Amino acid sequence: MKKIGLIVNPIAGMGGSVGLKGSDGLEILEKARALGAKPKSSYRTTQALEKVSPFKDKVEIITYPGEMGENAARACGFEPTVIGSIDKDNTTPQDTKNAAKDMKKLGVDLILFAGGDGTARDIYDSVGISIPVLGIPTGVKIHSAVYGQNPKRAGELISLFVQGKVVEFKEQEVMDIDEDAFRAGRVTARLYGYLKVPFEKRFVQSRKSGGIKTEEASLEGIAHYVIDSMSDDYIYVIGPGTTTRSIMEKLGLKNSLLGMDVVYQKKLLANDVSEEELLNLIKGKKAKIIITIIGGQGHIFGRGNQQLSPTVLNQVRKENIIVVSTREKLNTIFGSPMLIDTGDSETDNMLEGYYKVVVGYDDFIMYKAMS
Amino acid sequence: MSPVKIKENFQQARWNEPIIYEKSRPNVRGILPPKADKEIVELVGDVVSKLPDGIRRKELPNLPEVSQKHVLAHYIRLSQETLGANLSNDLSEGTCTMKYNPRVNEDLVAETDFAELHPHQDEDTVQGILEIYHKFQKVVKEVSGLDRFTLQPGGGSQAIYTAACIVRAYWEDKGEADKRDEIITTIFSHPADAATPATAGFKIITIYPDERGLPDIEALKEAVSERTAAIFMTNPEDLGMYNPIADEFVKIVRSVGGLCFYDQANANAFLGVARAKEAGFDMCHFNVHKTFGSPHGCSGPASGALGVTEELVKYLPVPLVEYDGEKYYLNYDSEKSIGKVRDFIGVSGVILRAYAWSMAMGAKGLRECADVSVINNNYLEKKVLGIRGISSAYQGNDITRQEQIRYSFEKLYEETGVGSNDMNARIVDYGIPSFWSSHHPWLIPEPMTLEPCETYSKDDLDEYAAVLQRLSDEAYSNPEILKTAPHNSSSHRRNDEESLDDPTKWATTWAAYLKKHR
Repeated sequence: MKKIGLIVNPIAGMGGSVGLKGSDGLEILEKARALGAKPKSSYRTTQALEKVSPFKDKVEIITYPGEMGENAARACGFEPTVIGSIDKDNTTPQDTKNAAKDMKKLGVDLILFAGGDGTARDIYDSVGISIPVLGIPTGVKIHSAVYGQNPKRAGELISLFVQGKVVEFKEQEVMDIDEDAFRAGRVTARLYGYLKVPFEKRFVQSRKSGGIKTEEASLEGIAHYVIDSMSDDYIYVIGPGTTTRSIMEKLGLKNSLLGMDVVYQKKLLANDVSEEELLNLIKGKKAKIIITIIGGQGHIFGRGNQQLSPTVLNQVRKENIIVVSTREKLNTIFGSPMLIDTGDSETDNMLEGYYKVVVGYDDFIMYKAMS
Repeated sequence: MSPVKIKENFQQARWNEPIIYEKSRPNVRGILPPKADKEIVELVGDVVSKLPDGIRRKELPNLPEVSQKHVLAHYIRLSQETLGANLSNDLSEGTCTMKYNPRVNEDLVAETDFAELHPHQDEDTVQGILEIYHKFQKVVKEVSGLDRFTLQPGGGSQAIYTAACIVRAYWEDKGEADKRDEIITTIFSHPADAATPATAGFKIITIYPDERGLPDIEALKEAVSERTAAIFMTNPEDLGMYNPIADEFVKIVRSVGGLCFYDQANANAFLGVARAKEAGFDMCHFNVHKTFGSPHGCSGPASGALGVTEELVKYLPVPLVEYDGEKYYLNYDSEKSIGKVRDFIGVSGVILRAYAWSMAMGAKGLRECADVSVINNNYLEKKVLGIRGISSAYQGNDITRQEQIRYSFEKLYEETGVGSNDMNARIVDYGIPSFWSSHHPWLIPEPMTLEPCETYSKDDLDEYAAVLQRLSDEAYSNPEILKTAPHNSSSHRRNDEESLDDPTKWATTWAAYLKKHR
C-alpha cells in the first residue's frame, strides 16, 4: 500500500484563462475572478486520478479539505484521509506549504500536486528533495521540469508508481519566473531549486532520453573528461545544476547546487559567489566557465546564472566557455538552439554560434546557441 | 484486382516454452556414449589424470540434462514462436535490408567442395574460393569506384572499425597521431561510425541536423580543425534522405587535411547510381550480408567489405587476396598493414552467396535493385502518411526519400496514448514482425523505420499499409487493445523496460540470470 499526498492548488491556471499570465498574488486573482475565470485545477486533477482509480486497493490518499484535494479524490471514488484546515475559497500559498509539511510528517511515499511553477516552488520550500513529488500541470506557468506531460499522463505515471513499477527518481529543475515581468512580456527566470521526480522513460516530458543508468554513466564520463582537461593556468567557474555538480563531487569539493563555485588548480576558491566576487576572483587572470543547459528550455545564459553578467562574460569570452550536458538533457531541446539571454545584445551576439558540448568522455556534440 | 488481405485470424503458437535449463532433470541423458573397450582402456589408461591440473575441471559443467525427445520438442517449439526472415512480411526491419535470399545459394554453400574447406589449407588447394574472393572484390570495386578491398571484417561495424584503425595508422605514419585525435560523425549516421572510432581511441564530435534534416554543414565548418583525423558519415542516413552535398562535406574535411570514410550500409538505395569515388571519399564499406542478398539477422552471419583508395592500400589488414596472372594467393607482405581484425580471410560463406547473387543480378540487375527499392519505399510512404496519427521525420522538406523512412507516431501518442512500443506489441497479432523503431536516442519521437526492399511485392506493401491503418483505427477507438497487446502472438510484453538499461539487472545468459536474480 502506497501513501500518496494530494495537494490541489485550486486557483492555479485561473489567471491564464483570462490572459493574465499567472495567478500569483491576491490582486491578480481577484482581477481574474472579475474577468470570469473559473477554477479548473480540481477538474484536471480528476483526469489524473481517474487513471489511478483502478488501483484503489493499493493506495491511500492523504489530502487537504475541500477544493485542495478532498473533492477531486472523492469525485474519483477514493476515500481519502483528510487532514489540516483551510479557509474555503481563499486558499493561499501558505496552505500549500503547510499541506506539504504535514504530509511529509505522515510519511507519504510521494506528493502529487496540481498547480504551476508557483505551487512547485511552495512545495520545494517545504520538502526540498526529501520525498518524491510529481506535478499535474494545471497552472499558467509550466517552466519547471517536474510535471507529467498532461494530467492523464501524470495519472498513468502515478498508477505505475502505486504498482511498484517506478523505482527511479531524478532531480528536476524548479524554475522561478517573475510574474510581473512575465506579464510585461519578458521572461526573467532563475533556477529556484530541484524536486525529486519519479522517472519512467515513457513519461518524461520529451520521451527522448535513454535510461537513467545511461545518464548516470554519461555524467561520470563528463566529470572525468572535464577534470582530466583542467589546466593549472586557468580559474574555473562552475555554474549551477546537477550536471556541473558531478564535476565538483568528483573533485571532492563542496558545491552550491544553485550558485556559482570557483575552482583553481582543482582546489576550491569560493562557493556561491556574486557577480562582484566573481569579477574580483578572475581579475587579470585566465578563466574558463563551465555551464550546463536548463533541461527542456535550453538556456545556457540568462536563466539560473545571472551572476555571469555581461561584464564577466566579456572578460572570459566565448572560446573559454565549456558547455556540458548529458545527451539525454541536450536531446530534450532537439530541433531548437541553446538559448542566450544576458540582457545585453552585444554580449548575446558575442556568445552566439556553435559550441562543442561535452556529452561524455572524449565525446562532443556540435550545438548551436542563439539569443 | 484482389482486395488487400490482412491476417485476421492469425494465431501463433504460444508454448510459453521454458529455458532449456528449466527443463533439466537430474541424471536424464540424451545420449549415453558407450564405454571404451577394455583393450583401449588398458592401452590408454586414465586420460583425464594425464591432463595438467590447471586445465582439469574441479566439478562437472552445469549443462541441462534433457532427453533427445525433449530437446527436439524444445527447439521445434521455439522455431514455431518466431516470425523470422523469409517467413513473413518483414519489411518491418528498417535499416536491416531484409530481402529474399535465394535458396539456390544455400545449395552452393552446402556443396562439400566448399563446406569441407579448412582455413589452414594450403592456398594451392583453395584456388576456387580465392578466385571468388578476388572476383567479388572486383564487383565491390566497381560499385564503389575505390581501388582495393578487404573482405576480412566479420560485419559492417568491424569494417568501420578497420577504417578507424587505418585512419590511426595513416596519422602515425605521418607522425601526427598525437595531434590528429578527433573524428567527426553525424547523429543519424550509424552508431558504429561513432562507436568504432571511439574504440580505436579517437575523440568523437557529432554533427546534428539542420532544419531540413540533413547534417548541418555550418556545424561541420566549426568542427573541423588541425585536430581532425577524419569524418565518418553515412549516406543516405537512416531517415532515408540522401545528402546531395556529401562532396561538400568531403571538401571541408580535406581543407584541414582529414580523411573521409563513407558508410554505405544503406547501399540498396544507390547500387549502380552513385559511388564513393565520385563523391571524393578515401574509404567506404558495404554490409555484404545485407545488400548482396545473404541471409542475416539470426538466419546467417555478417560480413563487411572495406574499400580504400590506392594511397591507403598499404594499411589494409593482411592477408590480401591477390592474383599474379597464374594463381590466386594470400599476400602477407605489407609492412604498414594494421595487422588482422579477424582470423583468416573473412566469412567465406557470405562472400560465396554474395558473389552468386551479384552475378545472377548482373550490373543492370543491381541498378534495378536500387530503383525498385526506392519505388517501393515511395509507394509505401504515400500510403502510410495517409494514415491518421502517423508522420515522417522532416516530412514535407521536399527531399525524395530513398530506400527507407523513419516514421513517427508522435501525434498518435499525443492523441491516444498509444506509442511506438504499443504499436510494436500489437502488429505481431497480424502475423507481421515487430518493426525497427530507431537507434537510440529517439530523436524522432515514437519512431518506426521501414525498409521495403526490392523483393517485396505490391501486395506485401498493401498488406503492410492496411495493417498500420487497422492499428491506427484501433488506437483511436480502443487503445487498450494495443496497450495490452500482443494477444495472438508467442511474444510477451516487456514488463520492466528500465532493466534493459541496468547492467545489474540484465541477463543474457542463464549463468548471469542465476547470479543476478536467484
